[in-house]
Amino acid sequence: MKTIQLSHGGGGEETNDLISDLFYKHFSNEILLKAEDAAILHINETIAFTTDSFTVSPIFFKGGDIGKLAIAGTVNDLAMMGAKPLYLSSSFIIEEGFSFKELERIVITMKNELAKSGAKIVCGDTKVVPKGSLDKIFINTAGIGALKTDGISAHNIQEGDAIIVSRDFGRHGATILAAREGIELDSDLESDCETLWPAVEALINSGIKVNALRDATRGGLAAVLNEWALSSNVCIEVEEEKLPVCDEVQGICEMLGFEAYDFANEGTFILSVSKDDVEKVLDVLKEFDFSSNATYIGSVTNEKPKKVILHSAWGSRRYLELPKGELLPRIC
Amino acid sequence: MLNLKLKDLYSAFRDPKTIRALAGEINKEALKLKEPLYIMEVCGGHTHTIMKYGLKQLLPRSIEFIHGPGCPVCIMPKERIDHAIALANVENAILLTLGDMIRVPGSKTSLAEERSHGCDIRALYSPVDAIKVAEENPDKKVIFFAIGFETTTPMTAALLQMVEKKKLTNLYFHINHVLVPPAIEAIMQDGQAKINAFIGPSHVSVISGAKIYLPLPEKYNTPVSVSGFEPVDVMQAILMIVKQKNENRAEVEIQYSRAVSLEGNTKAQKLIEHYMQPRGHFRWRGIGDIADSALELREQYSKYDAEKVFADILPTEPIDDHKLCICGTILKGLAKPNDCKVFGTACTPKTPLGSCMVSSEGACNAYYRFGEI
Repeated sequence: MKTIQLSHGGGGEETNDLISDLFYKHFSNEILLKAEDAAILHINETIAFTTDSFTVSPIFFKGGDIGKLAIAGTVNDLAMMGAKPLYLSSSFIIEEGFSFKELERIVITMKNELAKSGAKIVCGDTKVVPKGSLDKIFINTAGIGALKTDGISAHNIQEGDAIIVSRDFGRHGATILAAREGIELDSDLESDCETLWPAVEALINSGIKVNALRDATRGGLAAVLNEWALSSNVCIEVEEEKLPVCDEVQGICEMLGFEAYDFANEGTFILSVSKDDVEKVLDVLKEFDFSSNATYIGSVTNEKPKKVILHSAWGSRRYLELPKGELLPRIC
Repeated sequence: MLNLKLKDLYSAFRDPKTIRALAGEINKEALKLKEPLYIMEVCGGHTHTIMKYGLKQLLPRSIEFIHGPGCPVCIMPKERIDHAIALANVENAILLTLGDMIRVPGSKTSLAEERSHGCDIRALYSPVDAIKVAEENPDKKVIFFAIGFETTTPMTAALLQMVEKKKLTNLYFHINHVLVPPAIEAIMQDGQAKINAFIGPSHVSVISGAKIYLPLPEKYNTPVSVSGFEPVDVMQAILMIVKQKNENRAEVEIQYSRAVSLEGNTKAQKLIEHYMQPRGHFRWRGIGDIADSALELREQYSKYDAEKVFADILPTEPIDDHKLCICGTILKGLAKPNDCKVFGTACTPKTPLGSCMVSSEGACNAYYRFGEI
């Protein structure tokens, strides 16, 4: 079996082979193929710029792999600012002995995910570290996007806004947890990992004024809503009954004592828009498979600024707190 | 075959109409109460149900909850956590434990901190996973830091049975299994807490039976309802207690009749008895020494007993809590989390001074996370 050797990161012939036979082959575009020390980019608009590093175990999971995460994650960070993803960098840190075939599988996933937003990888780097120095592979991506609208910010949420979630949440966290702990499910639970730009672009093109957008990654829905309440000094009140959670995710939560709104997502976003625009937003989102179940979950008020309140269906209410520490299963 | 989905097992027990109806009934019955009800919910799981589902908001002022000592992490004294830390530092060792134990501060550090310094410490999802770890690491000493009340004890006994069957020689047990009845008895004997009813945890009684609570109505004239953990369960248990009071009865009633019997799971009880015996003394965090309130491995299994095998490195001195922490007073039913001066300031889930804040089943943690709006 062909594996990655330390020499693939040595900067010599093997490195060149890896770059040309794998990365150039799949990420091919004229900027990258110039193979200069830096990519020369012509951008005449206001840009958004972001970076993220990706580590996940297992690296292949239902609904995606680390490569899909590395593209979707960075592209989504740009999209959530209303920026069209244009150019990405991609750095691989690979453990010696990693299978070449698996690396190629990851790279092909990345290529396919890039096609969804039209973004290009224009520069990159490869390091190979001795076996045991890291868990298989880490990928860092940075991205530049052209801002297509302004005013989208965690600070712009206003009293009277409606909060919408693009789909059922908690899937990525639950999928990874189930895979890691060997929980076998009689179901098709898979990660929500997805590039969100097409839906965001459609929202911008429809002329809807979006006050805030955020993909609910680590920390889940609970983290986003709390950050928003704090940043905009507002209260976010959510109807627990309306929160969309699929049966499989809820089942894992029941078994192990977790809350679905603390679980990570990789293709689920939350919007704050004027209440008048709720129907229009839902109509736009319904056009895309990954957001066809978008749901209006609550409102922005001044009841308890900086707090998120969950309303139960039987008339009681409580705070929804930020998740803290590592997620550990209950004892009994 | 019955095609049941997991959702079917709990959705009816969170039905808004039923919860509202039970709340209405409790409020109506409570008007007839001759004295306020101070119900101790023994288990931290019930504290969380009450807070998480906002049940207290549906009840009259004449019903108050007193949070009990029933959280295995909360009641663990610092010297036992120091045992876990010492065991994790044994050369070539893997320390296994359950859930929040990883986060609880000992006298100087926590298992989470030790893990960041390179100790191999793992949180298990099920005790039987310890077998896999021991089999995959034959050259290592795998130590299971066993915690929990009557609910988790059978799993530890079953694990030991599997270890014997598989003739594994590298898996050791540090037993911290504690018992509900002696702890309640100690609190009632102390006499300071104004408790006049109990909600008993159903999972404990699935194993030990509802019979373990029979002395309480007899000795202290307190109604007991053995309850499940869903909101409908807890509301129904409260209604049963209010009715008992109004009818001038003090009995052990089983709300969670779908799994609890008076006798409990006798097979599990026998398995525990085979491997474990009452421990003369166990120091409960904040409460102090309670005789016969915990279990230990029987003499013939001492080769598996980490407390004996690694006795030389285990600290023996009792270590008290932080001076400002009132977890002990809370566990005795004498204070509420927000009576504590450092609650939510110096003591938060991120920087816990006491175990009631660090444990996800702790009363302080429930008050902090779900708060009273």
